[in-house]
Amino acid sequence: MASPLLELVDLVVDIPGRPDGAPLNLGVGAGECWGVLGPNGVGKSTLLHTLAGLRPARRGSLRLEGKPIHQLPRRQIARHLGMVFQDRQDGFPASVLETALIGRHPYLRAWELESAEDYAAAQAALARVDLTGMEERPIATLSGGERQRLAIATALTQDPQVFLLDEPTNHLDLHHQVEVLDIVRGMVTQGRGAILTMHDVNLAARYCDHLLLMYPTGEACWGTTRDMLVPKALEKLYSQPLAVGEVDGMPVFLPLGR
Amino acid sequence: MTRLAFILTILLGGSLAAVMTAVAVGSVPLTPAETLAVLTGGGEPLHRTLILELRLPRTLAAFATGGLLAVAGALMQVLLRNPLADPYVLGLSGGAAVGALLAMLAGLGTVVVSGSAFIGAMISTLIVFGLAHGTGSWTPTRLLLTGVVVAAGWGAFISFMLAVSPTEELPGMLYWLMGDLSHAHSIWPAWTVLVLVVLAAMPLGRSLNVLARGPMQAAALGVAVRPLEWTIYIVAALVTATAVTVAGSIGFVGLVVPHMLRLVLGNDQRIILPASALAGGILLTLADTLARTIIAPQQLPVGVITAMLGVPVFLYLLHRSR
Repeated sequence: MASPLLELVDLVVDIPGRPDGAPLNLGVGAGECWGVLGPNGVGKSTLLHTLAGLRPARRGSLRLEGKPIHQLPRRQIARHLGMVFQDRQDGFPASVLETALIGRHPYLRAWELESAEDYAAAQAALARVDLTGMEERPIATLSGGERQRLAIATALTQDPQVFLLDEPTNHLDLHHQVEVLDIVRGMVTQGRGAILTMHDVNLAARYCDHLLLMYPTGEACWGTTRDMLVPKALEKLYSQPLAVGEVDGMPVFLPLGR
Repeated sequence: MTRLAFILTILLGGSLAAVMTAVAVGSVPLTPAETLAVLTGGGEPLHRTLILELRLPRTLAAFATGGLLAVAGALMQVLLRNPLADPYVLGLSGGAAVGALLAMLAGLGTVVVSGSAFIGAMISTLIVFGLAHGTGSWTPTRLLLTGVVVAAGWGAFISFMLAVSPTEELPGMLYWLMGDLSHAHSIWPAWTVLVLVVLAAMPLGRSLNVLARGPMQAAALGVAVRPLEWTIYIVAALVTATAVTVAGSIGFVGLVVPHMLRLVLGNDQRIILPASALAGGILLTLADTLARTIIAPQQLPVGVITAMLGVPVFLYLLHRSR
């Protein structure tokens, strides 16, 4: 059997000032979309940053197609893993097209200029997130949702094997939430992998085939979405009573007031 | 990359025009024809002396210094991810000034004063870097604040030295502090550093573009962030120290030139860095021409001119950026 695209072996995320959480042992295979659920501050972003190789794990290891990540050059990791951050820094003026184009960075040598194909890749990515026609707009003039879609376009331009998306549906209206998740699922059905942190349990239920639940106590459990979507487990996860309904044969969870 | 070629052609033309103007203007004004005759190897003996021995070396020193300051500013702005950063922001000019004034107080010659200024600049760089690096966290804010405080310390030391210096030494010291090109001697170190840095920065340009998006994003796109930041820091410090050594501390060139260019040309460092070198050179060449002619036969320190131009531009940009 082929190695998973991204494999966590006894991985303990390093969250400063907190005791070790449960070691994570899971593999993200081609064609798998993993959702990470958990309350605020539980370390979902820190987990994604660790998986992207941006911060060291406290224990355990991370393998890309079977190779330990610390043995790979930074550039090669960037071709394999594409990360969409929750926060973005835009200190300097830049256009939408320039921003999408930086996704080609890991593929270009120092002296090399972006080729026509690189531009075409960036244009195609912008088209997929409905930003065609806005190529020359300064990013400072974009709305929150447009910036979020632009960040996803940059990741699409990067064309990685595994997408790591930190709350990709943040700032998006209902239509664009579904659209972004459709794009992610499209990439996954083409044989990529994806890990996304989310707050919307129902969207996670609909789009993710696997879930990782992270509890404030440091415990974690993971498995197929079908096995994980247990109302009791979700209520414990968020310390929040839930009502469960059904739409199109899928469970739907609603938070209950006091 | 026709856009880069187009921009550089315009700026090169501007550079030539600025240099021609600078060597033609002065106590004995020369016509363009006379200037051209000298520069192409002919002309009258008096004009030859005037241009080749007096005006041209000073003009070339001004050009290189302006270019160095603008490139250092552009690099610092990316490093600190602050479009309003300045090459002196890390206390470099203060350290250089203390070095230069100490040498002047000791009555040493101009070469020693320059060397002492360079050493002072590098010491200041090391102090700021060491302190900001301290416990391992290395944020732009921390670096910036450390630089500001260290600069204030140097400022106090400079005031102290001025207060205890003999009166006859004061004019020279004040001129040095305000930035002055009349003592610029050898132009080769500045030109060598300028050409080398611009050539070396070109292959780093795209990495710098990515770094401007923040260190995490840059790392996620395959940039080795920490080594790149160290490289920028060391290169910008060396470049600024070279400029300070040639001409004392000349304010605002490193701040205003890259910033204005970014407004017009966008933020591609592969364009901004060479364009900064040329535009900074043009600005300082013209400012120095003004400085030595505006109240001739007296000369103004060129730093006065750049500050007079730079302060309103800076305030305008700051106001606009809100």
